[in-house]
Amino acid sequence: MDPTSTQAPPVQVALFVTCLVDIFRPTIGFASIKLLEDAGCEVHVPKVQTCCGQPAWNSGDRENTLEIAKQVIAAFEEYDYIVAPSGSCAGMIKVHYPELFEKIPDWHERALKLSAKTYEITGFLIDILEVSKVNAKHKAKVSYHDSCAGLRELGISKQPRKLLKSVEGLDLVEMKDCEICCGFGGTFAVKYSDISNSIVSEKTANIVATDPDLLLAGDLGCLMNMAGKLKRQGSKIKVRHVVEVLAGLNDDKPIAGRD
Amino acid sequence: MEINSPQFKLNAKTALGDKQLQGALGHVRENFTGKRAKARAQLPQFDDLRQNARAIKDHVLEHLDVYLELYEQKVLESGGMVHWARDAQEARGIVLDICRKTNAKTVTKGKSMISEEIGLNEFLQDNDIEPIETDLGEYIIQLRGENPSHIIAPAVHLNMDQVREEFRKAHTHLPDNRPLNEPQSLLSEARGILREKFLAADIGITGANFLVAETGTSVIVTNEGNGDLTQTLPRVHVVLASIEKIVPTLEDMAQITRVLARSATGQEITVYTTLSTGPRRKLDVDGPEEYHVILLDNGRSKMLGNEFSQMLRCIRCGACLNHCPVYQAIGGHAYGWVYPGPMGAVLTPNLIGIDKAGHLPNASTFCGRCEAVCPMLIPLPKMMRSWREKEFERHLSPYSQRRGIALWAWMAKRPKIYRFVTSIAARCLSVIGGANKQINRLPMAGGWTAHRALPAPHGATFMALYNRQKGRR
Amino acid sequence: MSARKTILSQITASLKENSGTLTSQADRMTAAERRVNSHPRGVIPDLTTKSGSSTLSVFCEKAVAAQATIKKVKSYAKAGSAVQSFLRQHNLPQQIRTGSDPKNSKLVWDKNLAPQILVGPSDGNDLVCLSHALGAVAETGTLYLISGPSNPTTLNFLPENHVVIVAEKDIRKSYEGMWKTLRRKYGKGKLPRTVNMITGPSRSADIEQTLILGAHGPLKLHVIVVEE
Repeated sequence: MDPTSTQAPPVQVALFVTCLVDIFRPTIGFASIKLLEDAGCEVHVPKVQTCCGQPAWNSGDRENTLEIAKQVIAAFEEYDYIVAPSGSCAGMIKVHYPELFEKIPDWHERALKLSAKTYEITGFLIDILEVSKVNAKHKAKVSYHDSCAGLRELGISKQPRKLLKSVEGLDLVEMKDCEICCGFGGTFAVKYSDISNSIVSEKTANIVATDPDLLLAGDLGCLMNMAGKLKRQGSKIKVRHVVEVLAGLNDDKPIAGRD
Repeated sequence: MEINSPQFKLNAKTALGDKQLQGALGHVRENFTGKRAKARAQLPQFDDLRQNARAIKDHVLEHLDVYLELYEQKVLESGGMVHWARDAQEARGIVLDICRKTNAKTVTKGKSMISEEIGLNEFLQDNDIEPIETDLGEYIIQLRGENPSHIIAPAVHLNMDQVREEFRKAHTHLPDNRPLNEPQSLLSEARGILREKFLAADIGITGANFLVAETGTSVIVTNEGNGDLTQTLPRVHVVLASIEKIVPTLEDMAQITRVLARSATGQEITVYTTLSTGPRRKLDVDGPEEYHVILLDNGRSKMLGNEFSQMLRCIRCGACLNHCPVYQAIGGHAYGWVYPGPMGAVLTPNLIGIDKAGHLPNASTFCGRCEAVCPMLIPLPKMMRSWREKEFERHLSPYSQRRGIALWAWMAKRPKIYRFVTSIAARCLSVIGGANKQINRLPMAGGWTAHRALPAPHGATFMALYNRQKGRR
Repeated sequence: MSARKTILSQITASLKENSGTLTSQADRMTAAERRVNSHPRGVIPDLTTKSGSSTLSVFCEKAVAAQATIKKVKSYAKAGSAVQSFLRQHNLPQQIRTGSDPKNSKLVWDKNLAPQILVGPSDGNDLVCLSHALGAVAETGTLYLISGPSNPTTLNFLPENHVVIVAEKDIRKSYEGMWKTLRRKYGKGKLPRTVNMITGPSRSADIEQTLILGAHGPLKLHVIVVEE
């Protein structure tokens, strides 16, 4: 899109990078920026962001969650939209922040306002910006895993698939039980690693049975879990975040492996 | 019933290594979930019914005391007896009292989770009364001395070979060489044996899926017909029900019934839905002469006032178990008490204490599938999180985890320090990852690396790269 | 304090704690009584199926889907021979256990071969029992059987073969229709000792989730619909 062709000022989007992307896979952040800029947005990356607070929230540490959430709200509330390359982190802000501040009226209001403009990136591109296709080429047989929070908290399912179908040369094949959890679950994967292993093994069996060249998903936590398991099993299937393919940023090595 | 929930991790490990169990759990994964999906797809009003079912139960819970009084009044009018039990011990005492007055030697039983909750079978045996489970699955596990591993399919953890072996061991009066190669022949054998028990029993005990306030009726939904024989043939029918089973009217019962079987087995309705009101009437030629209802509280009236009150909407369909990746991986026994799966993870700590059941609400990936399929729209993950909060507040969660979270949160609240530490961490992990970009052993992350590689970072953090790039722009 | 009183007052206390503003006991009783007396219907599923939307056709389709067998006859007189042909078809002796339902007198048996009729509750030794349903529901192919001397409850569960006669005029679209029938017949807030809603023959899937018919109840459920 040519930004000069629009009369209205560009949409101001703040990117919520997410802590995993920040440390483990910056490419996802740059791919997100590219997709948003291609769609005519002006992208900002607030400096004070660290994490959405989910690890504390899911560990029962309400006090720390509150403080972290307040920091996020203060840093992001001035923008038109908040977009994250993660259904899980976007879901935390969109669904759980209002719940978290239920009994703190002024913050509750601010949390609700932020919630209303927070989106997962593929959902934002399709549902809000009404992007119908991306400008990318990727010749590969691809399978997509629906990460739980994106799917069940935010209804992300058709959006990434719609965008993937516009990628030139890409062949999307569905795996069995693509909507079933990969067994990551944050600290669950470490605390109950035997159970997590059983669940991810079930998942990788379904992935391998589909025989894709490339596995995609919208959440880095799930991707690291599945990629780590595939690697351990000696699989050659490559793993990337969906935005990397959509933005055509495939020069980086796939997750957990040599190209 | 013995509480094994504190050993959850060990139980889970054992379950994961049990090849036979893993084979049996495959049936849960495929059958139950597929049938529910199909049943749901065939009923366009399914979600409207769920909303209404939820509204009905919420209304009941908000008026529970008055509905219980209305219900009791109607039971008395129909000639039945109502007994109130504050806890398991009181409930057992009431059952024993009825048994003594009836001079009962044997008691047949329809499937009842409340009976499991109060540990009734063991108690009756200790008092020289023989309890006979008549639901096929319950009968099988009773022979094996086990507890149910699923709230609607108690023997779902077993395969046919194990059932055959158990029958050969137990039914010694039958010829050794009889063929028992088909499920059909096993079922016929159980039918024959239990038929005699039904006819000989002094008391029949059933649970209740609903208690209808309008008419003073207890309702059971079953497929085998054992519940009906249990309550029709003996001289005395005892209903064990917890207080939240109340529905106002027959219409309300039908609303919930429409989502119950579909969510449980994928049936539109179970084969038998039986409404029982009082003892046999003057002109009746069959049916029990006495009808008793035992209303069990066991902590529920307290739950009504706390953050777990919505759990009292549960209708015990088992959909959350069937769809839970954790339940599918380890089965029901690993949870260590009566109620397994997501509903158990919320209910069990309420009944036996979070100190004993602490693992249960933690052993969830929060994938949300349980809530997505719950016919009563119970926010199960949210309530599991509430338990985690209580554990955190009471310092029940592991010290290392608490330290870890505290340290991480301290940094997360200080972006500059956070930036500094994460950039070092990213660089270190990147070096450890080497050219392969994966880490196969890492201190503190043994749980992860035991089963999978840890994808390594590429060096600089996003924030560092972004700021560098922005500087160039 | 009695258990009853402890439980009820704990409930009230909890409700107060939860809502903050609990309406009075009397007001809540009024609300509960209002619901009981008005018994709102809620959501009624749409009945259109592949065999059309007439109550009878939906009933038959649903009952067959639940593994019951169906025979339609034009009158009670003809229902007798429908019962007998069911017996012949399954090589069963011409012997039937039934209750004292007056509708039995309308059945006309085959000439020269009237079945032996036993009247009263079953003790478990009957191969075939015959009952008359109070009505049925098309929505799920469900029969409603009512306890009493006319149709003893044991007949519904003890035999291997259960034959049930129901009049087409007594089939309702949904359960709600049958609640209305029951209220009219027995009075508001009253029910007979047992109402059996029966949908197909008994079954179990407790062994490896393999569905097998004929668990503790009947193996066969044959429904004769009288289109009078």
